[in-house]
Amino acid sequence: MTVAIAVPTEQAVPTEQTEGHLRILSLLRSEWLKLRTVRSTMWSLVAMVVISVGVAVIACVETARQWHTMTLASRLSFDPTSSSLAGLTFSLLVIGVLGTLVVSAEYGTGTIRSSLAAVPNRPLLLATKAAVFALVAFAVGEVLSFASFLIGQSLLTSPAPHAALSQPGVLRAVIGGGLMVGVIGLLALGLATIIRHTAGALTAFFGILLVLPAVISALPSSIGNPIEKFLPINITGTMTSVVHTNGGAPAFSPWTGFAIVCGYALVALVVGGVLMVRRDA
Amino acid sequence: MIQVDGVTKRYKDKVAVDDLSFEVKSGQVTGFLGPNGSGKSTTMRMIMGLDSPDVGSARIHGRTYGRLPIPLREVGALLEAKAIHPGRSAYHHLWYLAQSNDIPKSRVDAVLDAVGLSDVANKRVGKFSLGMGQRLGIAAALLGDPGVLLFDEPINGLDPEGILWVRNLLKSLAAEGRTVFVSSHLMSEMALTADLLVVIGRGRLISTGTVSDFIAQSTSQFVRVRSSRSGDLARLLWAEGVQVTDEDDGSLSVSGMSATDIGELAGASAIVLHELSPQMASLEEAFMELTRDSVEFHGRSDSDRIAAGSPSHNSGK
Repeated sequence: MTVAIAVPTEQAVPTEQTEGHLRILSLLRSEWLKLRTVRSTMWSLVAMVVISVGVAVIACVETARQWHTMTLASRLSFDPTSSSLAGLTFSLLVIGVLGTLVVSAEYGTGTIRSSLAAVPNRPLLLATKAAVFALVAFAVGEVLSFASFLIGQSLLTSPAPHAALSQPGVLRAVIGGGLMVGVIGLLALGLATIIRHTAGALTAFFGILLVLPAVISALPSSIGNPIEKFLPINITGTMTSVVHTNGGAPAFSPWTGFAIVCGYALVALVVGGVLMVRRDA
Repeated sequence: MIQVDGVTKRYKDKVAVDDLSFEVKSGQVTGFLGPNGSGKSTTMRMIMGLDSPDVGSARIHGRTYGRLPIPLREVGALLEAKAIHPGRSAYHHLWYLAQSNDIPKSRVDAVLDAVGLSDVANKRVGKFSLGMGQRLGIAAALLGDPGVLLFDEPINGLDPEGILWVRNLLKSLAAEGRTVFVSSHLMSEMALTADLLVVIGRGRLISTGTVSDFIAQSTSQFVRVRSSRSGDLARLLWAEGVQVTDEDDGSLSVSGMSATDIGELAGASAIVLHELSPQMASLEEAFMELTRDSVEFHGRSDSDRIAAGSPSHNSGK
């Protein structure tokens, strides 16, 4: 039963209900504003450029310099494409940090409560946030991948061989490398939605990307081999390679591998979304 | 209008809000009073749809928060001081909120000006004092020009000038016909600001009504008397059948006789009085009295003022 605080008033002003609804485009623009108005975004992107292009430069310059001392076997297995994209693997870690912070910083600072007051539809809030982040992450991934490839190849001077986008598998490796950056970023964002704390979410993300491969390599190969092909880091390696050595063809084709990692990201986002609806903010 | 209807919220073993029901109407400042940890913030979070009640519902204009079509245009809230990303500027914080609800950018400048933060609009929030954070939170609440406003402890961290400003702001918002619901654990503040009170203790409704009713219904009033011949005076008063208490400081607390009558009585016996002062229970005392009762609430739930008309209060115990 309700106890009314009954004092008569001649109320006129704003007790009527508003009409209309939240517009998707406005929500996307709001999330974009949020993303670009914190400094961690710009720093992460700068770090990605430095790491990705920097590693490409070092790897390719050193290979060109040492080509004449390399063994025949290493010359045969040399993959100019994957060498120039080696730094992209490291930038996965940085996009993961950014993807984590996009969500966990909102929880950590309490901004999430302002955001949810503005957009009470939680799946919608998460979806627009993930969409804006994905757009940025995929775009940055592609730019980095092409930049690393083109700069790296230009540094692979004769006698070292270099790759061209027109060669079979090369364009796939370069585009695919950029796509991996985006989807790994989304995986981190999904994990952060589940875990909500920055430190915990980063631990989970680095655990999956770095620690798990080390643990699995320590296991007997009868147990380790069937698992390791599912690791995001190995799938990324397959995607960014053109020449496949040790043991011939990889366990999954590059696009199958990409679909698997997309599946991980999707599961993390859906679980995160369900928990977000169920839990108190 | 805000309606809280039979809301219960548990966190693990602790019952934060226990079968709470009340309404907040427009045109007045309604104070939400209770000691720390009594469930005020939890109740406000449930009204805002941030926490979901285990039982019951909290509605605004008849809809739960999640069903408001453009929420910031109907409801504005200050829930926590400085729950804002420290790396973002005040301007950008308000702008992203405005953008999500299609509120024109001009409102951002307008509310920054209204709370006096125009000069620091582009400063990062991390550099803000607690008081500036409160002002920014109030600006965010006002952003959509909403008809319903919730403020959780708005004067925390404010200087006296800021406190006065908030008081006047709340009153003027209510005078414009808005629904203004403001929580505080400071009873004296509520006495100055609120027209009506919703008092809770341990998550339960203790009292609703006007501030003056609230004081009147609780502690009895008495008259403090000092005299060099307090023993003689006490005997005279006892003879009249009046209740007299000897206080530690040497004064007498007399209840059941007016100050005028006590003065006449003393004068007739040529007893010199050093003090003769009627004591009103302050809102603090009234509040303490009522929350002390909340321990015994169980046994008194049928008394007219206290009960929320709901004997089922006891069922949770």
